Amino acid sequence: MSDLSLTGTSEKSQGWIRLRDFAWNSALVRKVLVLALLALVWELSARYGGKPILFPTFTATMAALWEALTSENLLLASWASLSVLLKGYVIAVLLAFVIVSLAVVSRFVRELLQTLISMFNPLPAIALLPLAMLWFGLGEKSLLVVLVHAVLWPFALATLSGFESVPETQRLVGRNYGLRGPSYVFRILIPAALPSILYGMKIAWAFAWRTLIAAELVFGVSSSSGGLGWFIFRNRNELFTDKVFAGLAMVIIIGLLVEGILFRIVENVTVRRWGMQR
Amino acid sequence: MLARDPLPPAVFEVDRLVLDYPTSAGIVRAVDDVSFRVGEGERLVLLGPSGCGKSSILKAVAGFLKPASGVIRVRGREIKGPGPDRIVVFQEFDQLLPWKTVRQNVEFPLRMASKLTKAEIRERTEATLRKVGLERALDSYPHTLSGGMKQRAAIARALVTDADVLLMDEPFAALDALTRTQLQGELLDLAEELGFTLLFVTHSIEEAILIGTKLHLLSPHPGRTITSLDTHEFGREDAGSARLESLSREVHDLLFSPKAKKEILEHV
Repeated sequence: MSDLSLTGTSEKSQGWIRLRDFAWNSALVRKVLVLALLALVWELSARYGGKPILFPTFTATMAALWEALTSENLLLASWASLSVLLKGYVIAVLLAFVIVSLAVVSRFVRELLQTLISMFNPLPAIALLPLAMLWFGLGEKSLLVVLVHAVLWPFALATLSGFESVPETQRLVGRNYGLRGPSYVFRILIPAALPSILYGMKIAWAFAWRTLIAAELVFGVSSSSGGLGWFIFRNRNELFTDKVFAGLAMVIIIGLLVEGILFRIVENVTVRRWGMQR
Repeated sequence: MLARDPLPPAVFEVDRLVLDYPTSAGIVRAVDDVSFRVGEGERLVLLGPSGCGKSSILKAVAGFLKPASGVIRVRGREIKGPGPDRIVVFQEFDQLLPWKTVRQNVEFPLRMASKLTKAEIRERTEATLRKVGLERALDSYPHTLSGGMKQRAAIARALVTDADVLLMDEPFAALDALTRTQLQGELLDLAEELGFTLLFVTHSIEEAILIGTKLHLLSPHPGRTITSLDTHEFGREDAGSARLESLSREVHDLLFSPKAKKEILEHV
């Protein structure tokens, strides 16, 4: 008798264990769980804080986000920011590829690049904004200059160190088949350094986002294209704190989507598939 | 000194080769005045203790190292830098490019350096991979293969080209003993079937005698020629035989004991 009931409970618990294992093994489930937990902590601390004008709750923020999306063109503002961001990002990444490829071939260019990186990488992009505005006026050009600065140096640093750590054997294999110059860079160095390159692209993406939102906060007022930063700035002036939070949440959501979906997919079909990264 | 018999036409020859390495303490001589020649279908093994410059010689033949003096000729032409007429099989497993499947890795030198059509390349790649027993791993990525399979793929990548000479730098040194013996046998079968010309570097005396038709013994610091031996009559059926063992001992004495070296050389 007792045997029967024992197997009964263990079957039940086995089903539960299987469900739990499945949940733990699914990256998506884990991520959603983490996000839900953070939202819960936010909600509770805002409720006990009790000052919605300073710190709105999670639910109030989501409601404001919904309202902003449906009636205040938040999506359009996000796209305005995103399109500038993509332009600057692509320009900087291409520029970095050219410079780093030259640095691989010429020791002088490498020295130059390393010096420039150690000079400019610590310089906050936003600190260049006043200068950029002086040179290029209030407009997209200034934003692009700042963005390129934010992306170029960290990405070049990651790519250069990726190129430098390509295994000697793989370099020799490339040279053995007579590869030189651009074909050597494209067929050996770039794929072999792809884990570092993707890492650099992720870091640079975060830097670019940060810089752009900050730049829009500074001169969004007089900019014709109202981006996300401008949305945040405007609502702060009118003390719509829940909408400020909604704008920030939008920044976070876009960041999570790009990092968690776009980069994840690229990694899954390349470096993870090739066993170069776990 | 090389024998002055009528020489078969050399596929490649190394003439009075000197190799130097720059170090922080100045220039160090790695290889001093080494000469040899290898005829069609011959398998020359460079054998010696570590520091005898055997890998450096192979790297110089591949074109990765510039000689301080001396000449390396392939089919009568002095080599200038690396090229696909001399394909290298390395010791390291990461010589297969991890972002390419086995098939793509083997196709790679053909796509870079031959004028074959796509269909011909495909056919040749598959035929070669069948020869080394990898037909079932065609579309696997290298990280899913065992060490032995990786080295088989690297050998296939060398065989698939019409290289004048294959250069193998201790290709089996990182394998376990069983796999090593198996791959040595397979390499010999392939050599008999295809008759390729091979320069092979190893520090294992038995491997040298089995693989080589000729041994070139080197002394360390700097690498100098001790002597060269003809071993073409030894095949895989001799593995573990008394004949091979006595030759191994002789080679060992030549390499490691100066006194015995003198006696044996005077005796010869």
